[in-house]
Amino acid sequence: MATSVEVRDLVVERGGQQVLHGLGFTLHPGEITGLLGPSGCGKTTLMRALVGVQAGVRGRVTVLGLPAGSPALRRRVGYVTQAPAVYTDLSVAENLQYFAAVVDAVPDRVAAVLEQVALADRPGQLVQTLSGGERARVSLATALLATPELLVLDEPTVGLDPVLRRDLWVLFRQLADAGATLLVSSHVMDEAVRCDRLLLMREGRFVADATPQGLLEKTGAADIEGAFLVLAEAA
Amino acid sequence: MNARRTLATARRVLTQLRRDHRTLALLLVVPLLLLTLLRYVYDAQPTVFDQVGGPLLALFPFITMFLVTSVAMLRERTSGTLERLLTTPLAKPDLLFGYALAFGAVAVVQTTLASAVALGPLGLNLAASPALVVLLAVLDALLGMALGLFTSAFARTEFQAVQFLPAFVLPQLLLCGLFAPRDTMAAPLQWLSDVFPLTYAVDGMQRLAASTAVTGDLLRDLLVVAGASVLALGLGAATLRRQTA
Repeated sequence: MATSVEVRDLVVERGGQQVLHGLGFTLHPGEITGLLGPSGCGKTTLMRALVGVQAGVRGRVTVLGLPAGSPALRRRVGYVTQAPAVYTDLSVAENLQYFAAVVDAVPDRVAAVLEQVALADRPGQLVQTLSGGERARVSLATALLATPELLVLDEPTVGLDPVLRRDLWVLFRQLADAGATLLVSSHVMDEAVRCDRLLLMREGRFVADATPQGLLEKTGAADIEGAFLVLAEAA
Repeated sequence: MNARRTLATARRVLTQLRRDHRTLALLLVVPLLLLTLLRYVYDAQPTVFDQVGGPLLALFPFITMFLVTSVAMLRERTSGTLERLLTTPLAKPDLLFGYALAFGAVAVVQTTLASAVALGPLGLNLAASPALVVLLAVLDALLGMALGLFTSAFARTEFQAVQFLPAFVLPQLLLCGLFAPRDTMAAPLQWLSDVFPLTYAVDGMQRLAASTAVTGDLLRDLLVVAGASVLALGLGAATLRRQTA
């Protein structure tokens, strides 16, 4: 199986404290990998290390065949932060036009990504007048402009209504089917079943790296939340 | 460095500013009001107005661009947009020159308006051509912008960013020669005055006020202001880190 991300012995120190303790995993094109764990367990730090914006990183992080953070990766990797990183005093379309110019996306991409995140009906609206969930979708749309091969999404579905959440997961699946690699973090365990593979994380370590089905079989739990409890207590 | 990204950044910054009607109005109208105020403060002493009015045309763009840029850049840092931009192909010079183009354009409008009102209805007498006055004022605006960009790296909040105005700008203002001739100050203050870029901005404007001749001293002033802006922009670029803890 092709590998798009390979991480070996990843250690991250922040402010003199080790927050990730020697992680190793691989990600594959066409797969959605869920990164699950409680708030503060190191999910965001791990994602930042993949994108190359985290300082204090040791170990080997290879993304699309290059060291993480290489300049050549900046158009090939899309990163959506947990807090929407968009200009609230600009309209939806103005935000996307700016980011399109930055990543050299062709102009039709703006309309296409607006369609994908279900905001095609309000390009002229100022972002500050949007709801939190809508802002998060604008932020996601900016990351889709360059059609990235690796998408790193930090809690992309927080605060969304169930219908939109389902639609976004349909979109993630389409992107994966088109060959992209997706890493999606969540602290909501019921999203786990939508992933091809799960990385369960606790206090800077993985407690599991398995398919959702495999995880349930291994622990005998009825759901992912239960499986997490079994593994966390055994660790 | 990429022209398309630089221009897109300038356009984006100007669109943001255009949305903020109150800030735009303050940027353009406050200098006019202050100049008018000064004209009538020195109602009985028009020669004093001539001496002070020129340097003020240098100070307004410097101070306003310092403030606007430090807050705008701080917002980029705290809202996550800066980190996001630095994960894209956008190069740091694209961002910095985009800001410089946008605020430079605002400075041209601001200074042209202020000069037109000062030299016209208010009767300010400056020896040099208005074009040179605007040129120096725009350089001063870019200096303020570059310093604002650099100092914003040391602010965590907008409260702190605004406090950098008295901390960074007032000492330069006190020692620039506007309040007391520089050669009458205590020697250590003269040395400080020699290294503060605002000294050359005000000195240049005083030369423009006094003489039509483009002298070597005037050229030195222009070069120092431009050079200090480039230096501050370089230092500002060094504070834009792609990797953070």
